[in-house]
Amino acid sequence: MSSLASATTPSRGLMRRIDGVFLTLVLGAAILWFVPIGMGRYGTYVLSLWMVMSIAVMGLNLTLGYAGLKSLAQAAFMGIGAYTTALLTTKLGLNWYASFLLSGAGCFALGLVLGFPALRVKAHYLAFVTLAFSTLVWLVLRNEQWLTGGVFGLSNIPRPTFFGLKTDGALAFHRFTLVITLILALALWWMIRSPWGRAFLALRENPIRAASLGVNIRTYTLLAFAIGSAYAGFAGALYAPLVEFIDPSPFALSASFFLLLMVVAGGSGYQLGPFVGALLGVVLPEWLRFTGGIYLIVFASIVVMLLIACPQGVIGLVERGWLALRRPGKGGAA
Amino acid sequence: MVTRQPEPLRARLRLPFLVDQEKPMAEFLAYLIAGLATGAIYALAAIGFTLVWQTSQTINFAQGEFVMLPAILVLASAQFLGLPMAMAVLVGIVAFILLFGFGFKKVIVDPMIRHGVLPLAIATMALSIVMKEGAKDGFSAEAQRFPSFLPAETITFAGISISLQHVAIIVVACLAILGLQWFVTGTRLGRQMQATAQNPNVALILGIPVAQMVMLTFLINAGLAALASVLISPIYLAKFSNGEVIGLFAFIAAIVGGFNQVRGALAGGLIVGVIDSLAAAYISTSYRLAVPLVLLVVIILVKPEGLFGRPEERRV
Amino acid sequence: MRTVLEVEGLKKHFGGIRAVDGVSFAVEEGEILGIIGPNGCGKSTLFNCILGQLSPTEGRVKLDGEEVTGLAPEALNRRGVSRTFQLLQVFPELTVRENLILAGQEHQGSMLARLLGPRDAGLGAAAERMIGFFRLQHLADARAGGLSYGQQKLLDAAMAFMAGPRLVLLDEPAGGVNLTMLGDLKERLRAMNAEAGATFVVIEHNMDFVMSLCSRVVVMAEGRVLAIGTPAEIRANPAVIDAYLGH
Repeated sequence: MSSLASATTPSRGLMRRIDGVFLTLVLGAAILWFVPIGMGRYGTYVLSLWMVMSIAVMGLNLTLGYAGLKSLAQAAFMGIGAYTTALLTTKLGLNWYASFLLSGAGCFALGLVLGFPALRVKAHYLAFVTLAFSTLVWLVLRNEQWLTGGVFGLSNIPRPTFFGLKTDGALAFHRFTLVITLILALALWWMIRSPWGRAFLALRENPIRAASLGVNIRTYTLLAFAIGSAYAGFAGALYAPLVEFIDPSPFALSASFFLLLMVVAGGSGYQLGPFVGALLGVVLPEWLRFTGGIYLIVFASIVVMLLIACPQGVIGLVERGWLALRRPGKGGAA
Repeated sequence: MVTRQPEPLRARLRLPFLVDQEKPMAEFLAYLIAGLATGAIYALAAIGFTLVWQTSQTINFAQGEFVMLPAILVLASAQFLGLPMAMAVLVGIVAFILLFGFGFKKVIVDPMIRHGVLPLAIATMALSIVMKEGAKDGFSAEAQRFPSFLPAETITFAGISISLQHVAIIVVACLAILGLQWFVTGTRLGRQMQATAQNPNVALILGIPVAQMVMLTFLINAGLAALASVLISPIYLAKFSNGEVIGLFAFIAAIVGGFNQVRGALAGGLIVGVIDSLAAAYISTSYRLAVPLVLLVVIILVKPEGLFGRPEERRV
Repeated sequence: MRTVLEVEGLKKHFGGIRAVDGVSFAVEEGEILGIIGPNGCGKSTLFNCILGQLSPTEGRVKLDGEEVTGLAPEALNRRGVSRTFQLLQVFPELTVRENLILAGQEHQGSMLARLLGPRDAGLGAAAERMIGFFRLQHLADARAGGLSYGQQKLLDAAMAFMAGPRLVLLDEPAGGVNLTMLGDLKERLRAMNAEAGATFVVIEHNMDFVMSLCSRVVVMAEGRVLAIGTPAEIRANPAVIDAYLGH
């Protein structure tokens, strides 16, 4: 629907690249629909995990890559989403869809509560406030056994049904995750190409100039942060039924660091970056499992080298190569 | 440290100093001194963090790992090179300062800073992962005993039992900080470094060798971290994951103190150390971390320039 | 004639430095007021105080007789006050057209409409007109960062007009612009003033540019107003001649 609308607008340049994103998302989803056939349960699980993490990274990409805000609480928000969904579905018997929406809405609201005071002061204080928040969330998840099960976690998290179809099997749940991921990715794609996306970008590039053009800095900054957090909540709501058992460890502060690295590795500020970043950060380690903990070192070192050589990440590197190839043509979009 | 079972919420919320009869003054003083000791160590880390931040805009998210690693390097050089402990300490610390003072500046900060503050901050996060996992895979995943070079006895003075180790830590850390303070204010080199920290651009105009001064702060940071490591590891044992909490406390101490001077970071460190120790003893061991974190958030909201910092004007 | 902007006894001190030290003047509707003065005389600080980027130590700023002292930049902008900066401030990653749309999009519709509505926020035609007016047609879809300095200056000025402002504060619009471009810029500004009825305040170093563009000129020195008058009066003012030759 949206590709038709956009075809009529005269603006090109940036426009073309964005349609490329739309096509890539839809085509990629079509391919991923069939890929897991014959891959076995574990391989399918890893693919689903990749998509779930991509959602969290997408959200952080909006916060960091588009609005330029350092958030160190993305994994904590994901934890809140995962526990909210796990608790609502297991203890209250709520259906998954309602839990999913509540997880996202809860994280959105928390994002506003957290961001408002921090951004009132100074933009880089958000990093420290989210760092504190992240640790507090982890403490609550670990200590409040009556609610969260403490270090023993919560188990037997049910998988949703899709119009009466059960998604208990690995392939069925994979496809379910795929649909949700595609919807969320397209929603973000729409937002980035709307005037909001332009305002987010202006905020990152030059907040003072943006303010002088009437862009309400605080509103857009808070929105970017809250929407980014909501995506983490959505990711958590899918993560819980995917792994069927959750404990506090994947939502610790170091996990938030790791998510930031994925944003940067993929290409901060590029819409397809999160998928590449999560591929590097989630799928690669699963394949390198036999190396023990070394993959973490390898991944972190790759990110450092990438940051030194090309801070725009893998997608930035690809784009740079692509532009170099067609040099005489007009090097438009960045 | 006293470990307790998690209590019901109501028990946690009572006011310990006023109500609790079973904890006498002596015990309170012991906790206070223990808090000052760990606080002095946090102050060392916070001062280095602040110095490096000021001179080069580097927000070092690996600061906790900087305190964790030297002890591991010391133990590793004792184990793998067969050195006697005193030698191992020397080798470990020198190696650390070379790698994470000089090397950190040259290999990570210099090439990254031209891309801006944000990529550099993220690179230090990556570095923290590399250091932590490296210590775990390269040395040990278990907590290791670390020898103390300070007296370990407890003396009883006027009915109060005091750990000499804690007192010695406070003395050593304070001497180091006083030495640094003297260096900064009392020597030409130190004043040049201070000028660089306050305003690198003006320092450059004044003919101060800014690049060398920035390097100096990185070396001092590594040195302070190594000292903190040697002081804290006998208490907490040397473990790859120690940096998480220490780093958190260093950030909190730096922000609470005002992010811009030795004095502030020292006060911030001591405040945070004492609060942590008392919170663990009187409020709840499982939520001891929460108390300094809440303090951090309150400071950011109420007095964002820190307890000892100056507010800054928004400029275009 | 109505007074659009009134500045009364404005002061801004940084510690012991009196960057702006009691400046008063008024801007009438439709005029082009120039502000000149040597480097460091407080012109840009004055602008930043008027526009809410800095809060003044003392004094008042009135817009249409209503006090707006200390109002945030975006709030002032939504009341029809727009500005350019001394240093070039376009968004290099956006195209020329998108820079213009950005400059106008926050002035209309709701937040929700900006999310769900058309990509160009209904400003496609307005941007097109502005592009035509500033003769940037061949560059409309080029990255702003790839434009020449003079072209970026034109875009910078064009952005200030996108929202149909009543008052535009231009901080050194001619700075660094080459001679051919300069004539173009002056002519465009004058046309904008005549057609859109916008009131201008211009800070400028280029004396010829100010004297030929502005209807009145304020001369500042050391944070104070040295003289106010028409270009001819200013040229003949002994205090001004003295200040400029003396420094």
